[in-house]
Amino acid sequence: MALLQISEPGESTPPHQHRLAVGIDLGTTNSLVATVRNSIPSVIDDAEGRSLLPSVVRYLAGGAVEVGYDAQKHQSIDPRNTIVSVKRFMGRSRSDVLHIESMPYDFVERADNAPGMLQIRTVAGPRSPVEVSAEILKVLRLRAEDALGGELVGAVVTVPAYFDDAQRQATKDAARLAGVNVLRLLNEPTAAAIAYGLDQAAEGTYAVYDLGGGTFDISILRLSKGVFEVLSTGGDSALGGDDFDHRLFCWIIEQARLLPLSPHDARSLMVKAREVKERLSAEPDLRTNAVLSTGEVVDLPTTSREFAQMTQPLVEKTLTACRRALSDAGLKPQQIDGVVMVGGATRMPHVRKAVAGFFGQTPLTNIDPDKVVALGAAMQANLLAGNRAAGDDWLLLDVIPLSLGLETMGGLVEKIIPRNSTIPVVRAQDFTTFRDGQTAMAIHVVQGERELVSDCRSLARFELRGIPPMAAGSARIRVTFTVDADGLLSVAAREMGSGIEAAITVKPSYGLTDDEIARMLEESFGAAGQDLEVRALREQQVEAQRLLEATLAALATDGDLLSAEERNAVERLLADVSARLPGSDLTALRSASEALVEGTDEFASRRMNRSIRAALAGRNVEELAR
Amino acid sequence: MSHPDHFALFALPARFALDEAALDEAYKAVQSRVHPDRFASGTAAERRVAMQWAARANEAYRTLKSPRARAAYLCECAGVPIQAESNTAMPAGFLMQQMEWRELLDDARRARDTDGLVALETSMSRARDRLIGDIAGAIDQRADHIAAAGLVRQLMFIEKFGDEVRMAADVLAHPREARA
Repeated sequence: MALLQISEPGESTPPHQHRLAVGIDLGTTNSLVATVRNSIPSVIDDAEGRSLLPSVVRYLAGGAVEVGYDAQKHQSIDPRNTIVSVKRFMGRSRSDVLHIESMPYDFVERADNAPGMLQIRTVAGPRSPVEVSAEILKVLRLRAEDALGGELVGAVVTVPAYFDDAQRQATKDAARLAGVNVLRLLNEPTAAAIAYGLDQAAEGTYAVYDLGGGTFDISILRLSKGVFEVLSTGGDSALGGDDFDHRLFCWIIEQARLLPLSPHDARSLMVKAREVKERLSAEPDLRTNAVLSTGEVVDLPTTSREFAQMTQPLVEKTLTACRRALSDAGLKPQQIDGVVMVGGATRMPHVRKAVAGFFGQTPLTNIDPDKVVALGAAMQANLLAGNRAAGDDWLLLDVIPLSLGLETMGGLVEKIIPRNSTIPVVRAQDFTTFRDGQTAMAIHVVQGERELVSDCRSLARFELRGIPPMAAGSARIRVTFTVDADGLLSVAAREMGSGIEAAITVKPSYGLTDDEIARMLEESFGAAGQDLEVRALREQQVEAQRLLEATLAALATDGDLLSAEERNAVERLLADVSARLPGSDLTALRSASEALVEGTDEFASRRMNRSIRAALAGRNVEELAR
Repeated sequence: MSHPDHFALFALPARFALDEAALDEAYKAVQSRVHPDRFASGTAAERRVAMQWAARANEAYRTLKSPRARAAYLCECAGVPIQAESNTAMPAGFLMQQMEWRELLDDARRARDTDGLVALETSMSRARDRLIGDIAGAIDQRADHIAAAGLVRQLMFIEKFGDEVRMAADVLAHPREARA
């Protein structure tokens, strides 16, 4: 199995040890999977030679699921069970979703204000957006495994840069449900910048304008020798090509004076609107024709000028975000060396024109805007899997898109980590008690730029209990925010006097609980006739084997960092894992592995220290040589 | 973690005057060794340690890169906290200057005077440069961290006020946009 081949990070692996890794662009309209073969990134096509997989999932009675073109074909005849643009629902409740009234789905009713992601009632039962997305990811995983002839070590899955914590967590959960090991969640514009930067050997400051089916991102990056540094990012996670379709759809209804539409007609007309939008990119003047189930005939002259006019407010919104991202990066439009266009919606001529006008230059479109994100993700996956040689690699420094903070007195937000902070980031702030003898403190974590809690997204609430009773203002509660390299937040709180700790990994209130994920996993394995336990044991064995080999390699190169006694302790832990590896006791193997991880923490730390010293020593020598 | 040594992490001398290019280069050299992307297929211990070190490097870089944060950090390391919230005492001259700037901003806002705002922005950035020079003198030449802390508080005011001026200019340039 490919996972067993271990190398030091940054070290090259011989060609025969190439580890299979892919990049997945999980898009609103279409999804793609790409990989790097013989140093060349390419999109993996399906059996019929098609690159794109329409992000459409249809549930059928009896448990069958159609994904992609098959589902898309049936969207008008079976709109209730055919989910399109599910990405817009990820990590969202019903009240978060725009134009929900014109959607043909049967949403599961929840009690007023009940937190939680929306669900759609289908013929196969209620489905969450995470499950729907997992169906798409599963098809892409199988496509890649077939094409590459083996199991994947992992995937880089892309998300809009402007996705908040709930949306990122939902994406990671979907991957987990689809049996995809996520090497990293990567921001879409950053992925595009990798593909462009490496392909064109670009240096300088670039703007990536990414208008997808349902999301808009603008990222400002600095590219210099092997470093991709995101300076700022902005956008709107609910603005995309779909909204242009929707404007046109409303315009058609208005112009043709149509009565309230059946779900069937609404879907057909939406499909028609998208078609007209796409045609308008090539023909400035055409007619919109449709026949409804009521027999009503629509026949409207439609011009690209009118279309540009009715969608101008949407384009303006994107330019506003561009202006803010530039100002956050401390730059003016003329300081941008190149503008990269990403996403199918950037094919609209009036969008290109507006972007060209804003930045004062013709945007770059030489890589297919539909594929560039998947290609960049594949390159990053190849790097993370350890398939590239040291010196032949690059470094990615990305940021969080939205500020993270806590609710304080009076419903105000205290920002702990400001937007555009480079990740990973850890930051702590001290708070105190408000009343005498207060023994608990409620902690409410929010994300957003506004001053008022009610204007921000609520991510989690938890409570620190068991604070020793003290006078008001004398307890010191340190709240630590940690954002990892995937952009996912965890929060811990500790009373500094007594050391009582309450810690949680933020599971946004819109996300799924671990129990829900476990149930979904059970169900999906049940349906596939696989045994979850067997799979879990095998995964743990692979992980343990990997751990063994990596630890042995570390001992071989840096064993001198340990005393004889420390080395013995590590070797005992190694022997323990080895002894349990062939067995079938999952719990014992897991705890032996965990003990080894724990027992090598300090060792890993010392090795890191040595590595940093080496890096800086190298720099000083270079400087002397100059 | 009272005072993690940000300068030592990047092998830079602990003083206010900074070779920015050397900082950038050292930061990238450290990140290219410790970033979690280097250990995406490493062990859980390696991934955890990588995440801690990379976060530390980001924090150190952020602190040293900004003159205000760097000066505040040097003062704190020398045992002189900035106490921006509790210590609001400012020299009378600076307070007068503040009031004058405030009035200029209000007037320019009311008169929708873009040129006035630009002029104000220019004088703010001059005042900022001057303060940074004074801070360098206080810390590097005289090792007077108490004086430096007072100057840092002035710098904090100037940077905050500068943001307000920029925001006002932004509102004049794009009046219809809602602001976060």
